[in-house]
Amino acid sequence: MFRQFYCCAVFLASITAMVVANADELNLKEVASGVFVHQGIHAMPDKLNRGEIANIGFIVGDRCVAVIDSGGSPAQGKALKAAIKDKTKIPICHVINTHVHPDHVYGNIAFKEPGVSFVGHRKLAQAMASRAPYYLQKAERDLGLAIKQEDFIVPDKPVDSSMVLDLGGRKLLLTAHGPAHTDNDLSVYDDKTKTLWLSDLLFMGHVPVIDGSLLGWLKELDTLKKIDAKLAIPGHGPVASEWPRSAEAETRYLEMLKSDIRGYIKQGKTMEQAMAEVGHSARGDWQLFDDFHKRNIATAFAELEWED
Amino acid sequence: MKHTPSTKAYCLLVVSLLFANLALAAGEEDAAWNNVLKKKYFGDRTIDESGTSIELTAPYRAEDPALVPISITAKTPQTPSNYIKTITLIIDNNPVPFAAAFHFTPESGKADIATRLRFNAYTNIRAIAETNDGKLSMVKAFVKASGGCSAPIGADLEAAMARMGKMKFKLEGDKAVLNQPNQTQLLVSHPSISGMQMDQISRIIKPAHFVTQVKVNFNGKPVMSAETDIALSTDPNFRFYFVPDKAGDLKAEVKDNLGKEFSYTQTVSP
Repeated sequence: MFRQFYCCAVFLASITAMVVANADELNLKEVASGVFVHQGIHAMPDKLNRGEIANIGFIVGDRCVAVIDSGGSPAQGKALKAAIKDKTKIPICHVINTHVHPDHVYGNIAFKEPGVSFVGHRKLAQAMASRAPYYLQKAERDLGLAIKQEDFIVPDKPVDSSMVLDLGGRKLLLTAHGPAHTDNDLSVYDDKTKTLWLSDLLFMGHVPVIDGSLLGWLKELDTLKKIDAKLAIPGHGPVASEWPRSAEAETRYLEMLKSDIRGYIKQGKTMEQAMAEVGHSARGDWQLFDDFHKRNIATAFAELEWED
Repeated sequence: MKHTPSTKAYCLLVVSLLFANLALAAGEEDAAWNNVLKKKYFGDRTIDESGTSIELTAPYRAEDPALVPISITAKTPQTPSNYIKTITLIIDNNPVPFAAAFHFTPESGKADIATRLRFNAYTNIRAIAETNDGKLSMVKAFVKASGGCSAPIGADLEAAMARMGKMKFKLEGDKAVLNQPNQTQLLVSHPSISGMQMDQISRIIKPAHFVTQVKVNFNGKPVMSAETDIALSTDPNFRFYFVPDKAGDLKAEVKDNLGKEFSYTQTVSP
């Protein structure tokens, strides 16, 4: 009987080792000088991918390194840290969290040490505090992760409206946006390579997810599109693309939701009707459409019905 | 490997334990109701489950757990001799299972109600109707909270806070139809903050702030009233019926747990 247990244990351990090995070999691409991005996958967070689905990465200065989003699990955070140490001897000084969603912040704990500051939108702490009780439950149920309260690390450098981080030889301009993808979105602009790290303000391939404000997002996009950037880095999608052209599909989708849902509200139709009917012709344009499109309608409907 | 009697016994044990667990899992979704909630909210009263009185529509998957539209339809019209007095909504596995209790009168026309709720977990929602003869009947539906990044919190609380107390009635058509049930929708802007947060994380405490009472009258006669709790979505929304006998005023009065009161009147004409 012991032997059976032993075999079983060895088998399980080898599966676990395989998964860990995958996480360890974090695939990073240098999209511009000193700008490294790992491309996530278009999938719902689950126990197989452990929520490791978002684009994450880092920017290397002469003096120090800024991590931009720490990963979807503590293990991915560790893998990212290992990859940084592998590429450079320059120390990590900042972890920038672009917003509260788990696929972007669950790696935080791997970077917690003296000399590393955590940077986020002024509303990030509040968003973490109010979502944590629910997210912790979900991490266990859906991702098989034992996340603890202290694994969310609130920013010690909150960004009120904007902030410049000097990494030595390059400056990052951080902008705290109004409600858009969430109510705590932060974008990062690297002046040296003119790279605009938009994270989830830009979705490509993966259907955009509205967890903030539809109208706000369109407004922020208008402003962002005027930025003179060579490259844009989305939160989900190809690691780098042309700006502002890469925002076209997202803008079209959000504009469609805005005009169709306004029409439904004007005709006195209900949220349920809108969820069943609006915008399904866009299904072919996006991945994970069935997972997020209806929720986008609900969120947008609840916002737009207060317009007049 | 040779199978000794002890390994066989072990296998059997494992298999039977597995089945026992499955059986438990099947009944598990009703456990909280059967063991605690039924007694807590309805004591020892008999609750009919044959589904003759009302119908409950809830999505199997909560697309946005902060904003789940649900509706209850009464199977018979409200008459002075036979009407639904109250419909109570319980969400078994929410932190506060009591979501709302809606009260109707014969003048409501139809005891239909639709609203938007928060779902924190995979859970049953139950609608329990009480008729004027004091009988209770219940229907239930299972709702799976969706995956992804969603949380049962409003997307933009600041916007809701800024317009707190603003209200609207929306009628189905442009004009009311006299002496018939007319559907209307009441929109109330309120952040509906649950107060369930981990302030160890942020040391920022946002206390609970949510709507606790809603009263709707038409020309002074009650149409629908409700006691509500934190399961109500940000910017609570209610769809229900009233029967106008002439032109008049629809009036909504809303109270929250911090003692704030809001009221709004809209003139309705045929």
